[in-house]
Amino acid sequence: MTLLEIADLRVAFPGPTGPVNAVNGVSLEVEAGRTLAILGESGSGKSVTAQAVMGILDAPPARIDGAVRLRGRELLTLPRKQRDRISGEEIAMVFQDAMAALNPVYTVGHQIMEVLRVRRGMSKADARRRAVELVDRVRIPAAKDRIRDYPHQFSGGMRQRIMIALAISLEPDLLIADEPTTALDVTVQAQVMELLAEIQRDSGMGLMLITHDLGVVAEVADDVAVMYAGRIVERGTVGQIFDGPAHPYTEGLLASMPRVDRRDDVLYAIPGAPPNPAQLPTGCPFHLRCPRATDECRVTLPPLAALPAGRESACHHYEEVLGARR
Amino acid sequence: MPGDDVVLRVENLVKHFPLKGRIPFTSGGVVKAVDGVSFDLRRGETLGVVGESGCGKSTLARMLVGLEQPTSGAVRFGTSIVHQARGRDLRALRRRIQIVLQDPYTSLNPRRTIREILLQPFEIHPEVLDRGRRLDRVRELLELVGLDPHLHLDRYPHQFSGGQRQRIGIARALALQPDVIVCDEPVSALDVSVQAQVVNLLERLQDELGVAYVFIAHDLSVVRHISDRVAVMYLGKLVETGPEASLYDTPRHPYTRALLSAVPVPEPAVRGERQRILLPGDPPSPVDPPSGCRFRTRCWQATETCATTEPPLAAGAHPVACHYPLAA
Repeated sequence: MTLLEIADLRVAFPGPTGPVNAVNGVSLEVEAGRTLAILGESGSGKSVTAQAVMGILDAPPARIDGAVRLRGRELLTLPRKQRDRISGEEIAMVFQDAMAALNPVYTVGHQIMEVLRVRRGMSKADARRRAVELVDRVRIPAAKDRIRDYPHQFSGGMRQRIMIALAISLEPDLLIADEPTTALDVTVQAQVMELLAEIQRDSGMGLMLITHDLGVVAEVADDVAVMYAGRIVERGTVGQIFDGPAHPYTEGLLASMPRVDRRDDVLYAIPGAPPNPAQLPTGCPFHLRCPRATDECRVTLPPLAALPAGRESACHHYEEVLGARR
Repeated sequence: MPGDDVVLRVENLVKHFPLKGRIPFTSGGVVKAVDGVSFDLRRGETLGVVGESGCGKSTLARMLVGLEQPTSGAVRFGTSIVHQARGRDLRALRRRIQIVLQDPYTSLNPRRTIREILLQPFEIHPEVLDRGRRLDRVRELLELVGLDPHLHLDRYPHQFSGGQRQRIGIARALALQPDVIVCDEPVSALDVSVQAQVVNLLERLQDELGVAYVFIAHDLSVVRHISDRVAVMYLGKLVETGPEASLYDTPRHPYTRALLSAVPVPEPAVRGERQRILLPGDPPSPVDPPSGCRFRTRCWQATETCATTEPPLAAGAHPVACHYPLAA
């Protein structure tokens, strides 16, 4: 059975001039043991999608429609108490800013032990033993001593590891990682991504990775959903997306990224800026920045259509895009 | 005096920040943010400076433009020394060396229109241009950076996107026709789809105006793309400098190689095939850097020599500060 299934998810926030439509009909699946990367830039709705799955959006004021099913069970209509039990035990989340996500006035050991004692009813001694195991699992040296330290006593990379230890403490089926390495230096970023991938392989959990970084996606994802203006514009396996994008936005992103292993003469630059979710353009939300846009694109919103080999694209001209790379 | 084509010469630049001790009026040591950095910047070239957070690259940027007083060492521009210049000389220097900052949201005054922001450099340096010709020049500057003078002149910064704001910051840096622009992480706050616009703009402006850049960034891919030469910084020191192709294709310092191997490549087909060097731990504290070679605590080939003797950055086209440089 599919681990996570999102169907036609819509999230809107009240704004000064009317609703801000952050997520506009997102459908996707995450399978157990696989990594789905949600690729998008700021304002694309990728983080709001994750927050809606995790159940940490306040509604109201947010307005959430659609369906979020974990192993077939609908989450959005569950009573608060049951919902809270699921987020934490079955779904866990790792955030970009560990300093803000951890409580600064408790030791990290206390924070991990508290979760285990409240949720698992462990004794203090058992919880401590397990906390040391978890901190050791995320490769923090001298775990036994370090659990007595406060978050500020750790470096950025180490704090991110602590947050991962906390997230996996209840052995979740699904881990959502929202830009987990964006704030880290590149050498530390590689360590943390490696650790996440390894834990995912060992535990067989599903991983939903929210990121703007094409390089990270290429390194760890199995499947990719590209988001733009609150919609998925393209979906496929990581090989399909990088070898031959089927949407001009993905095509533009790939062409605009300089590479460390070779030098390109001129970068392709996508013109303009991402749209404001409070004032989305008519038709295809990308048409103002798209070199392939036609009259049809300015008027009609392209649906996310099925392509051969199980992939999807929301572009009127996807055949042309696919043909361009061949 | 630097040679003909050298526009900026940095000599053994050092910046130490004193720390307060736990007991009042005592010293708590010093942060050795920049600890002996030397390089030449040639006319019209781009020197990339890469390094991780805390390596001192932003402090270096601030010293280059005279925003920070060095503890020792010198930044030479022509016949003047940036931090010794006073009065008229200093004002002249400030015109020649400009800076573009990382965050376009905080580096523009929110209460001034674009017209006011771009006229300000001429008010500070009135000798550059007659009052009557300044507005025309501001219009030219806006066009140069890809903005519309008719549409954008009287708007406020908050009415622009991040990429547009960075263009305004670049226009401001160009206003007084400098020889050098120090760019401190100019694209890292921008959306991925907008970064390439600003990178291309900086390249075009260099072709048209011949300005030299010191391009400081943590993104090794962007630095490779824009730089002619690259300097790698670790804990306040340069560990390796060289032409872009030579440094990226045949890194000689172990740190450079590890850094490059850690950068993800957007090509799933090569996943697992690239050899990746995972460095243990984090960079040590610049308050108490390791003895000898500063990288030795994370280096896989360190020996006792590395703990006792600091390797110098030798001269040459592609110098490296390592006792055991990697084979090319």
